[in-house]
Amino acid sequence: MKPILEVSDLNKSFGAVTAAADINVTIHENEMVAVIGSNGAGKTTFVNMVTGYLKPTSGRIQFCGKDIAGRAPREISRSGICRSFQVAQLFPEMTILEHMMLAFAALQVGLKNYFYPLHSQAAETRALEVLGDFGIAGHANARVGALAQGVRKLLDIAIAMVSRPQLLLLDEPTSGVAIEEKFALMETVMGGVRQTKAAVMFIEHDMEIVSQYARRVIAFYEGRIIANGPTKEVLAHAQVREFIIGEIQEAAIVASKHD
Amino acid sequence: MRAFDKTPLAIVVATTLLLVGFFVFPAWLSLMVVTIIAKALVVVGVVVLMRSGLVSFGQGLYYCIGGYAVSLGEQVLQITDIFVLLALAMAAGLVAGSILGLLMSRYREIFFAMFSLALSMILYGILSRTQSLGSTDGLNIVQPTLFGIKLATQQAKLLIYFTTCVLAALVTYAVHRYIRSPLGYASMAVRDNEIRVEYLGLAPKKVFYSNYVIASVVAALGGAITALNYGHVQPDMAYWSQSGEFIFIALMGGTSHVAAAFLGSAVFETIRTYALELAPDAWRVILGGVLIAIICFLPKGLWSLTQFGKRSGSSDWDRVVDEKDST
Repeated sequence: MKPILEVSDLNKSFGAVTAAADINVTIHENEMVAVIGSNGAGKTTFVNMVTGYLKPTSGRIQFCGKDIAGRAPREISRSGICRSFQVAQLFPEMTILEHMMLAFAALQVGLKNYFYPLHSQAAETRALEVLGDFGIAGHANARVGALAQGVRKLLDIAIAMVSRPQLLLLDEPTSGVAIEEKFALMETVMGGVRQTKAAVMFIEHDMEIVSQYARRVIAFYEGRIIANGPTKEVLAHAQVREFIIGEIQEAAIVASKHD
Repeated sequence: MRAFDKTPLAIVVATTLLLVGFFVFPAWLSLMVVTIIAKALVVVGVVVLMRSGLVSFGQGLYYCIGGYAVSLGEQVLQITDIFVLLALAMAAGLVAGSILGLLMSRYREIFFAMFSLALSMILYGILSRTQSLGSTDGLNIVQPTLFGIKLATQQAKLLIYFTTCVLAALVTYAVHRYIRSPLGYASMAVRDNEIRVEYLGLAPKKVFYSNYVIASVVAALGGAITALNYGHVQPDMAYWSQSGEFIFIALMGGTSHVAAAFLGSAVFETIRTYALELAPDAWRVILGGVLIAIICFLPKGLWSLTQFGKRSGSSDWDRVVDEKDST
């Protein structure tokens, strides 16, 4: 498979704090990769650097042969890397349909965006098609404020899929979703994504989901990658079990006691 | 099914009524209608900015630029044709807005508000201390011509009135289309979540910039019409209290529809006219009281009165903005 994202010697520091160090990652076409690590391990910092939200302190990020390190999120988004967020980033007053139509309109450039109405039959049809892929077309006219967390997550991902990216980065797609709904949500997400054959890199804390959906796992610990390889191998890795899975399980037990 | 857009029809009907009205209205009312429209045009720009979360305390800057562009166009460039003068004023607003917009689109919230105020006060300071620009007395404007033809006073009034009404209709329609366009929705989106807009592939700064330039051009047009209507311009057009008046009108009318600016302006001028007559020393108290009452009882502005019982028939945009305004 052809590599599409090549990250080499990537570093990010916030003053004296090192958030990411010596990150070297390659993502190939159509690959399904999970990123794991306990809170503060540098997973989201890594995704934020790849998508332009954070500027790396040093290192290279190449996407389809082009250097994208430090570029604006919109440029990276237009080049074919799209993302969803840990907390769905939406516009509270707009309906789901309007979110999608705005996402489609954002792909166009020129005066058309100044004068033609957002609402049109063609725009609605295209928007409903993508919403259908993610199983949320039935909510098309609902406002975000009235939606369940799972639907918000799906909308966040559906928006990212509008431009048919080559690489989709999902930041904890199942966080905030009830345990019994997590697999159903992931099924829907993967069903929607499969239509486009995009490579997917997702950050996840639930190891069952990681085992089921990822072919490869990248494990972060204290800003560094401590394991990178096939899912079974990484999840069996001694350091991963000690530093990541152990911590995550411990955190889950603490959280369940608080509940 | 998408709701039928009634606004274009309403604009045509309102414009026709106003044009016919000139032949029925007393002279003072015709003068007042032009004043209302001129100020409403500036407020349309204020509303466009407010939709994207920006409150300008300095729209007087462009109002003043438009007015002085007409005066200087006559005195320096010897232009007297009404359409060329208005085009000149809009061009001046466009140039100034395009340049200052590069800077202003970097700022948000109170910083934007104070920066815009500072710019307008700088212009006020320059104008009031420049003898060649009339200093605090301002400049006079001679009666405009139509394609080089000199008109009698009454014909000139008719020309200014008709031109104002038709231009206001065109601007209202254009801005209405703009706020229903993807960029109009993006304006609302950047107010709520700039980061997501960036990840959609849009540049929030460009959205702010577009809104700023549009607001500048319509404010300059409003200033030019005021200048032609009164035959005089003065630095007070850029004074902070003038800019405050535009925000006052925007709050009175509401931001849920482009026409709300005209409603707000009409009510504002009417209350001011009668308040001045009834209580010359306390008219500001009356205006302040009215604004407080509107904020308390009609937080979405006077335009929300037109929405009672129309919830199901309102356009998506109206609904979206109505709900935002109520929060």
